[in-house]
Amino acid sequence: MTAATRTASTRLAEALRHAGILIPFMVVFTILSLSSESFLRFQNLTNILDQQAGIIIAACAGTLVLIAGGIDLSIGAIYGLAAATSLTVASAVSTPAGVVAGVGVGLAVGLVNGTIVTRFRVNALIATLAMSFVVSGIAAIVTQGNLVVAFDHPDFQQFAATRIAGITSAAWMMVTIAVLAAILLSRTTFGRYVYATGGNAEAARLGGVRVNGIKVATFALSGAAAGLAGTIDASRVLSAQATSGQFLTFTVLTGVIVGGTSILGGEGSIHRTVLGCLFVALIANGFNLLGLDPFYQQVTLGVILLLAVGVDAWSRRSD
Amino acid sequence: MAGLTEPVTARPVPGTVEVDAPGIHLAIHGLGKSFGATRALDAVSVDILAGRVHALVGENGAGKSTLGKIIAGVYQQDQGELVLRGQPVAFHSPRAALDRGIALVAQEVALVPRLTVAENIVLGAEPRRASFIDRRGTKATFERLVAETGFDLQADDRVDRLPVAKQQQVEILRALARSADLVVLDEPTAALSAREVDQLHRIVRTLARSGRTVVLVSHFLREVLELADTVTVLRDGRVVRTDPTADETEASLIAAMLGRSIGRAYPGKRLPPEDAATVLDIRDVAAPGVATATLSVRAGEIVGLAGLIGAGRSELVRAIYGAVPSSGGSITIGEGAGPATPRAAVRAGVAMIPESRKDQGLMLRRPVRENVSLTALPDMSRLGLVDRGQERRAVRTSLERTAGTTATELPAAALSGGNQQKLLFARALLTRPRLLIADEPTRGVDIGAKRDLYELLAELAGSGVGVLLISNEMEEILGLAHRVVVMRGGSVVGELAGEGMTEGAILAAMFGSESAA
Repeated sequence: MTAATRTASTRLAEALRHAGILIPFMVVFTILSLSSESFLRFQNLTNILDQQAGIIIAACAGTLVLIAGGIDLSIGAIYGLAAATSLTVASAVSTPAGVVAGVGVGLAVGLVNGTIVTRFRVNALIATLAMSFVVSGIAAIVTQGNLVVAFDHPDFQQFAATRIAGITSAAWMMVTIAVLAAILLSRTTFGRYVYATGGNAEAARLGGVRVNGIKVATFALSGAAAGLAGTIDASRVLSAQATSGQFLTFTVLTGVIVGGTSILGGEGSIHRTVLGCLFVALIANGFNLLGLDPFYQQVTLGVILLLAVGVDAWSRRSD
Repeated sequence: MAGLTEPVTARPVPGTVEVDAPGIHLAIHGLGKSFGATRALDAVSVDILAGRVHALVGENGAGKSTLGKIIAGVYQQDQGELVLRGQPVAFHSPRAALDRGIALVAQEVALVPRLTVAENIVLGAEPRRASFIDRRGTKATFERLVAETGFDLQADDRVDRLPVAKQQQVEILRALARSADLVVLDEPTAALSAREVDQLHRIVRTLARSGRTVVLVSHFLREVLELADTVTVLRDGRVVRTDPTADETEASLIAAMLGRSIGRAYPGKRLPPEDAATVLDIRDVAAPGVATATLSVRAGEIVGLAGLIGAGRSELVRAIYGAVPSSGGSITIGEGAGPATPRAAVRAGVAMIPESRKDQGLMLRRPVRENVSLTALPDMSRLGLVDRGQERRAVRTSLERTAGTTATELPAAALSGGNQQKLLFARALLTRPRLLIADEPTRGVDIGAKRDLYELLAELAGSGVGVLLISNEMEEILGLAHRVVVMRGGSVVGELAGEGMTEGAILAAMFGSESAA
């Protein structure tokens, strides 16, 4: 009896894992469509996309880090620093310069992260946690703890808030980056090496993959993406604060992990991450629309995160 | 040593009502154990007499360590039973065995590195007073045991700062602190210097004199003859014979360890042409775990690398492949210098099937296809984009050549050991190597897959690839290799070819014994 049940349950687990986040996403989407009149409105849906743009951009690159076997806890700090930097440079110089500065500062921090993790062999969790303090500290020093505003430079707002076909440029950027990241991961040699590095770093190294180079590249992309996310959100509201990304790291990681990318590396995909982030956003949106107590929202999110990690651990139990 | 007159073993064995086989400490009846497709032990029966030193010998993989580990509860047998002082026992864990007085001192030291000698000795059974650890009691236990054994140890030394020999002594004391009266020593002298070996021999004798039983798993025949009262020879998981050591010599033990097992067929050997180019030439190479090694491999030649576990074979090939840096000597691949990284090795036309396919070879959760194409991926892509059609075709062709799986989208973890190994060969083939290093390519692989791999190795050599083959199976080396290089203690100690390539000569070189040659 056990052999048959085991294959059946394994197959079920495999199928669930394959469909993954899609099923709960559809369920919540359907429930919200039926229970709230305003949910399915174009306005509400595009609002969600616009608000999630930064998070999903950071999450796509964060997925690469996680698949390669690392983790980036400095996303939120980079976001805060990039928001303040881009806004300052945009008001002092020009909008393009502000964008370059925001993304560039993120890329730089990402490269530092990657170097610390590979060259000095510091555990990625600790390295990026430490860097998040350093980066937040720098952002606080630069802004002197104040809110940075650029209401006198409304042209910077065009970077994120220009509407094309009814959808903001922020959302378009998010879609473009998600598509590019998906191609990078699934169609290129680089993507393969990312999976190989996280799947078994020693095997990848012996197979001729420059494992350290791959790791540095994923951290650099994650930093740049977090920088872009900060720049987009600064552009949208024309103000920025060093601490604005405080909870972003956890929101992003929750989206990636709920989507089904393994924290142990070697597995995951961009479309799962996008769905995972949108799923988290739907829950928040739903609590909002249905007027439920936001404290329960946190509890719900925590439980969902535990379930996601639990399913991953369960599917690995035979390894 | 005054304490020896009062052996700690005087405690009654719990639950024993009557000893119906006096003198037999542990009777082993019909023990069987398999690891996957490998039959490690088969119908093994041995009586271990109380208060004696009983040695287990055999080639690598003969089953001696497995037997030692079953006795100590590390592994559980599939068939058969253990009878401890007349009573059947089943140990589900080392702890259960320890509760019945059986302790294992393993090859790898298992101490808590940052604790002191005394703390390690009482670990898990600390003397307590009102749920606080009783430091004075700990010290007293330590001093009692040191007085009994005469070990030169300091209670407050941290164990990670001690040499391996002393750490072993700590492990032995820990066993004694738990009133163990049967101690399994698994390859205790493998990591020790000559002086430390002498010291350990004295310890073994001390244990036996104090009435304890010692099971000694060892590669070193001289040591076995010197120390043991009884010796059991194992071959291919079966007992060849159990004899008083007095009736054995090194030569008779080696003869007993040899022998054919059933159902192996090796493809015919085809010697490379006289003028075949040298693909690998290393001179006086030193590397971590390698003292000095000189050898060469010609195109079309299969060179066997023989040696005991720990002789430095894997360390040497890892240095050749650039996986670890070599610290001296010269490595030449074809006309070029040795690679500094595995990536450079791949470019120089070297492929390696690593020792551990799970830790060093496979991305277990990734599909077979990605595992096979990994190294040759740049050849299947343009501007960084993978040509998936080309990849699928190349992977399928390569797997066909190795008689491997056709299920290219399954995760590698779902394959049998044999198919996993074939996957690694398929990966190696895709890079068209001129030198293939195969480190134990048939470990844990069933007989059918073994044959396929033998055919493949012979075919590769026939097509002009130089092959450097590490194997723990003497038969495999003899059946496949054109020439055998033997390593012992980190150095290449001999090279055998043609008529001189006999089991006896290779074993003698591996064990460093002249009498068997």
